Amino acid sequence: MEEDRVQATPEALVAIERLAAEHGPLVFLQSGGCCDGSSPICVRSIDLPIGPGDVRVGAAGSAAFFVDSELDERWGKPRYRIDVAPGAGDTFSLEGRDDLHFILVD
Amino acid sequence: MAVLDKEFTYAPPGTSGSPVPLKERYDNFIGGRWVAPAKGVYQLDLSPATGKPITEVPRSTGEDVETALDAAHKAKAAWAATSTTERSRVLNAIADVIEANKEMLAVAESWENGKPVRETLAADIPLAADHFRYFGSVIRAEEGSISEIDKDTIAYQFHEPLGVVGQIIPFNFPILMAAWKIAPAIAAGNVTVVKPASPTPWSILKLMELIEPIVPAGVINVVNGPGAEVGMALASSKRIAKIAFTGETATGRMIMGYAAKNLIPSTTELGGKSPNIFFEDILAADDEFFDKAIEGLVLYAFNKGEVCTCPSRALIQASIYQPFMERCLERIAKIKQGHPLDIHTTLGAQVSAAQLEKITRYVKIGLDEGAELLIGGHRNVLPGELSEGYYFEPTVLKGQNKMRIFQEEIFGPVLAVTTFKDEAEALEIANDTMYGLGAGVWTRDASRAFRVGRAIQAGRVWTNCYHLYPAGAPFGGYKASGVGRENHKMMLDHYTQTKNLLVSYDPKALGFF
Repeated sequence: MEEDRVQATPEALVAIERLAAEHGPLVFLQSGGCCDGSSPICVRSIDLPIGPGDVRVGAAGSAAFFVDSELDERWGKPRYRIDVAPGAGDTFSLEGRDDLHFILVD
Repeated sequence: MAVLDKEFTYAPPGTSGSPVPLKERYDNFIGGRWVAPAKGVYQLDLSPATGKPITEVPRSTGEDVETALDAAHKAKAAWAATSTTERSRVLNAIADVIEANKEMLAVAESWENGKPVRETLAADIPLAADHFRYFGSVIRAEEGSISEIDKDTIAYQFHEPLGVVGQIIPFNFPILMAAWKIAPAIAAGNVTVVKPASPTPWSILKLMELIEPIVPAGVINVVNGPGAEVGMALASSKRIAKIAFTGETATGRMIMGYAAKNLIPSTTELGGKSPNIFFEDILAADDEFFDKAIEGLVLYAFNKGEVCTCPSRALIQASIYQPFMERCLERIAKIKQGHPLDIHTTLGAQVSAAQLEKITRYVKIGLDEGAELLIGGHRNVLPGELSEGYYFEPTVLKGQNKMRIFQEEIFGPVLAVTTFKDEAEALEIANDTMYGLGAGVWTRDASRAFRVGRAIQAGRVWTNCYHLYPAGAPFGGYKASGVGRENHKMMLDHYTQTKNLLVSYDPKALGFF
C-alpha cells in the first residue's frame, strides 16, 4: 500500500494548483541543510529533481511529495504537513516568484 | 573610528551621523554600470533589526540575467588575457578599499543581516579584505607544469580560466561569502555573475559602489531577485561555464542537476549539523584553556546560529556534564541581545520572519520529542523600535542524537546538547548525521585530539578552537554537506581547466602511413 504522510492546508493547495496551472506538473522535494533547509521545495517535474535515493511519501494536491530516504528515516518518518506563508524564501521553489514560501507545520 | 570597548551605537544607514549613505533605490550592477531591471520592478529590503524597510532593490527576471551574461561575455576575453600581476593588483585594490571602508560595510551588513556589528567589524569585513589579498597573492605563485614524455616530446600544462561563471551567495555572511566566491574566480581569470541571497541583496551593492572604479567593467556583475527566478535562470543557463552555490540541499541538488544537464562543473556547500565534542580533561584545571572551552560551546550563538558550521550539537563527556554545563549556562545567560549596531550587543536578530518561524517550530519539535529546555526557548520581543525585529533567545535543549533537533540544521541560536561515555561513543554520535561540514574537538590530550579529529567525517575539524575562518585553510563538506572546497588556493583548480600542449620537437614522421 502506498504511504500517505503528506497533507496540505487549503491555502497551500490553492497555491499549489495555481502554480501547476502556470508551470505544468509539479513535485515537492523536502530540503535539508543550510539556510532555508527543512523547507519543502516545489519544482517542475520536467526539471527532474527526483533521484534514486528519494521516496514518495504522499502528495499535496496534484504534486507528489518526495524526500531523501535517509533524511526521512532520520526525521523519524514524520507526517509532512504543508502550509504557505508570506514572503519569498531563498530557494528555487516556484512559489518564491509570487512572494510566498511553503513551510512544514505541525 | 569606534573602538569595541566604548559605549557606542552606530546610527542606522541613511540616518544622521551614520557611516552608511543610503539611496532610496538601488539597481543591478552590470557591465560596470547601474542598470534598472528590465521589467522595472523593485522590492523592499527589510532590516531584521526592526522589521522595517531599508531601501528598494531590483526584483529582476531572466532578462536581467541575460543582460548580465552579455556584459560578462563581453569582458571575459580581456580579463582572461590580463596578466596575473595586474589581476593581483586589482584584487589587492579591492582589499584596500574594503579595509578603508570597514565601518561603512560593517554597519551596512549588520543592519541588513541582523548580526551584531562587533562581529562584522572584527570578523566579516576584515576577513573579506584578507580573502582578496590571499587570492591576489596565490595567483602570482600559480605555475603550470611540464612533463618530458621523451627527449623530443614535451607535455605543457597550462591553467586556463573557465570563462563566465555563476555564483549564488547565502544570506548569513552577505559580503564575506561573496568574497569567498568572487576572489578565487576573478583571480583565476574568470568573470562572474553573482546572485545575492534574497534576504540580503543590498550590502553587497555597497561593496560594488566601492569597487566600481577599480574592477574593469563586466568582470563582476550582480543581479538581485528571487531564487526561483534569477537564481534558477543563472544556474540553468547554457552561457555559464561553472556554477557555485551555498544553501540548502534540495536547491543544491537542482543546481548540480542543471550543471549535469549542461555538462559543466559545479561546487556546492550545503550546510551541516556540526558536533562540538568536549572531553573530560578540559576540566583538569579552571584556567585560561577551560575558559576558552566554555566560549567554544557558546559559539553556537555566533551570528545568531546562522552559520553552516554552527556547532549546534554539543557532545559532553558525562563525567563533566554538570560542572561544565553550569559554567556554560552562566556564560549564555550573559549574552547581550539587542540592537545590532550597539557594539556591546553579542546576539542580534535572525535574518527573516521565515527563519524566526522555523526556529520557533524546531524548539517546539524538540520539546515534543522530550528534550529538556535548559535556557531560552522563545522569541525575544525587545522594546521600542526593535519590537518588530526577529530576535530569538539563546536556547539550549538537552536530549539525544536521534531527535530531530540533533539531525536538522535549525539555523538559529539553538544548541542541542547530549552526553557520551567514552571516545568511541563520542565518535559514533558525532558521525551519526547526514552531514559533514564542521566539527570541534576540545581536549588537553594531543594524541586524542589527533585521533578523534581524523576519525570525524567532516571537512573541517576545529581542534581546541572554533569558528576561525582564515584564508589558507580549506573549507568544505563531506557527505551531504556539498562538493568542493573554498578558502584555499586549491579553489583555483575549481575555477580553471587544464590545457595540455603536447609538442613534438622530432622532425621524423611516426612511420605508420
